[in-house]
Amino acid sequence: MSVLAQADAAELNRLWEALGERVAHRPLRRPEVGLVQLRGRIGGSGAPFNLGEAPVTRCSLIVEGERIGHAYVLGRAPAHAETAALLDGLLQDPARRPRLLEAVIEPLRAARRARAEARRRDAESTRVDFFTLVRGEAST
Amino acid sequence: MSGLVQDPATAGGEASGGLLRPGFAEPALDAQRCFRTLLSAMAHPGRIHALDVAIEPPARLMPGSAALCLTLLDAETPLWLDAACADEEARAYLRFHCGCPLVDDSRAAAFGLVGGALPPLGDFAPGDDLAPEDSATVIWQVEALEDEGPLRLSGPGIDGIRALGLAPLPGHFLEERARGHAAFPAGVDLILVAGSRLVGLPRSTRIETAGEG
Amino acid sequence: MYVAVKGGERAIRNAHQRLAERRRGDPATAELELNQIREQLGLAVDRVMSEGSLYAPELAALALKQARGDSVEAAFLLRVYRNTLPRFGYSEPLETARMAVERRISGAFKDLPGGQLLGATADYTHRLLDFSLAEARALDSQLVAPADEAPKGGTSDGGTSNGGPDGSAGPAAPTAASSETAAGAAVPRALDLLGDETLIETPPDADDGPVPDITREPPLFPAGRAQRLQTLARGDEGFLVGLAYSSQRGYGNTHPFVGELRQGRVSVEFTPEELGFAVEIGEVELSEMETINQFQGDAEQPPRFTRGYGLAFGRAERKALAMALLDRALRAEELGEEKSSPAQDEEFVLEHADNILSTGFLEHLKLPHHVDFQSERELLRALRKAWDERRRQAREAAE
Repeated sequence: MSVLAQADAAELNRLWEALGERVAHRPLRRPEVGLVQLRGRIGGSGAPFNLGEAPVTRCSLIVEGERIGHAYVLGRAPAHAETAALLDGLLQDPARRPRLLEAVIEPLRAARRARAEARRRDAESTRVDFFTLVRGEAST
Repeated sequence: MSGLVQDPATAGGEASGGLLRPGFAEPALDAQRCFRTLLSAMAHPGRIHALDVAIEPPARLMPGSAALCLTLLDAETPLWLDAACADEEARAYLRFHCGCPLVDDSRAAAFGLVGGALPPLGDFAPGDDLAPEDSATVIWQVEALEDEGPLRLSGPGIDGIRALGLAPLPGHFLEERARGHAAFPAGVDLILVAGSRLVGLPRSTRIETAGEG
Repeated sequence: MYVAVKGGERAIRNAHQRLAERRRGDPATAELELNQIREQLGLAVDRVMSEGSLYAPELAALALKQARGDSVEAAFLLRVYRNTLPRFGYSEPLETARMAVERRISGAFKDLPGGQLLGATADYTHRLLDFSLAEARALDSQLVAPADEAPKGGTSDGGTSNGGPDGSAGPAAPTAASSETAAGAAVPRALDLLGDETLIETPPDADDGPVPDITREPPLFPAGRAQRLQTLARGDEGFLVGLAYSSQRGYGNTHPFVGELRQGRVSVEFTPEELGFAVEIGEVELSEMETINQFQGDAEQPPRFTRGYGLAFGRAERKALAMALLDRALRAEELGEEKSSPAQDEEFVLEHADNILSTGFLEHLKLPHHVDFQSERELLRALRKAWDERRRQAREAAE
């Protein structure tokens, strides 16, 4: 559920469409937008406080009449939540699971990792190097 | 959860054990219609209203009380269920569709759902003078509701006196209601449900039996 | 009466039409797309999310477009939208210790475990208008390669010496510490350095009690720190900055250092009631500020540093800093300090921080108050008549 929720919606849709599968499903709960109150911690690590809200879209589908797929996705994202719920349902099918992990989940996970790594590299290029200063002070 | 991935195999949670029944077909519109009906029921205590909604409730819930739960409950309204209502199916249904916490302590509940004998109303939160809105609302499934019978209702929303028949009628009910009435503006509100029919009995309604007054 | 109402309806409808035209501007100019606002006016979007108290970049961009760039009106639109939604619940507390940091600096510590990352900042620019931006053009990359980074030596402030006017700074060779800043890995907190020496207070521990939510229960005074932080987090940036500045100028005595500022992405975890376990549902960008402030100590407590804390949606470091200063200033009573300034007055700060509340009460004055005013005018006429009568009688008595 987390990989599906964290995925880029267009990427998720592209990978799912590429599988070319048609799966029978009916809604248990159609995509619904609501609020989650986000909490922080005082001082970053202390007692919790309420920071502010965020819209969240949830969806639950009955997939092929026997499995329930759930999705909770940050943002106002009905299509994303629906695809994520469908895949969550399908992933519970042992026969389908390996192929879906390979064709959808792993690429999504890799894409997320690549995005994070690119951002990390960008940030890294602005690292301020204090080591020479430390050496300078140490010699006095 | 620290990893990036929740194992999808476990993502169905308890709900996937037995398949859940669906909630409202049109969540926003159906909830609005039910709410409007309930509003009218609370504004006209004792008048029988019918909820116009097709719903397939869990076995232990009546269509009317399931619809009221779907309309009224959410993550911020803890619900207490009596033993007659609280089987696994009902619990999973309410938890999923309403997202409401299910609590064991009726005093901590914003709503009560009663399918068996009515527990003492003192078991529910009455609110207080400063925050009467902190009181509980109890949905009580009864066998029959009639617009004639031994009960005589009066108070806000009733022009004169209105008759009401209900079965079963527990012995402690009238006495408790009278006692609760004295604590106004605090007090518990009741919604009586029989099938998909309902009657509102807000805390402000005075209830006596025929011949008393 | 009837005619006036009809006339009002038509005038209002036409006013809305004029508003739509003003919003569109000259039709010969290309219409703004939401992703242009989101991508190119990101700080405006962040401010609207912060003051609208709703983390939703697409919706904040839409609100800005609708409000013609008026951030207060846009935040108002987000608040109203938010009011139409059901509440699913509360997230798990955001773990900023595990933030994937894109910017992290300290004004107090030069040797920060994990290092300092300037990120995308305008702090070291000269604030000269860049006329080249007036023309659309491709972004040319001017990153300095590691080999070009020569030790400049001698200066004592690495931050400004490394940052050129173009905002670029030389990347250092990757260090052991840098790998810790990868997404999800814990980045040590600067202030914990002092904690080890017991020179600084520790943040209040989590108790299991309910977390107050001002959107559900309006705060009664004295409010707790959680309610103060929630109110400040949605507060108007201008109001917060002005008050924080007053505390620096002596009206509140905050005397702060920036212990640590970090910006980046944090995973959001939520536990749906029907699942019973936490799932990650997405990421949010946050700005977190911890300030270090002095504390004299008293008979019980040795002198030590105290902390102020700020946390805000998006890239909002000015706001997070102001919030941290005010968080600290508002702790005056708790720390036994003399409460003498507006920035230390909890009710004053919290009741006036929200720009949607304040603008609502202010701007409603523009709506018709004809009857109110008429009654006051009649009252004044009666008073004037009585006054004139008294004067006349006094004059007659004197004569």
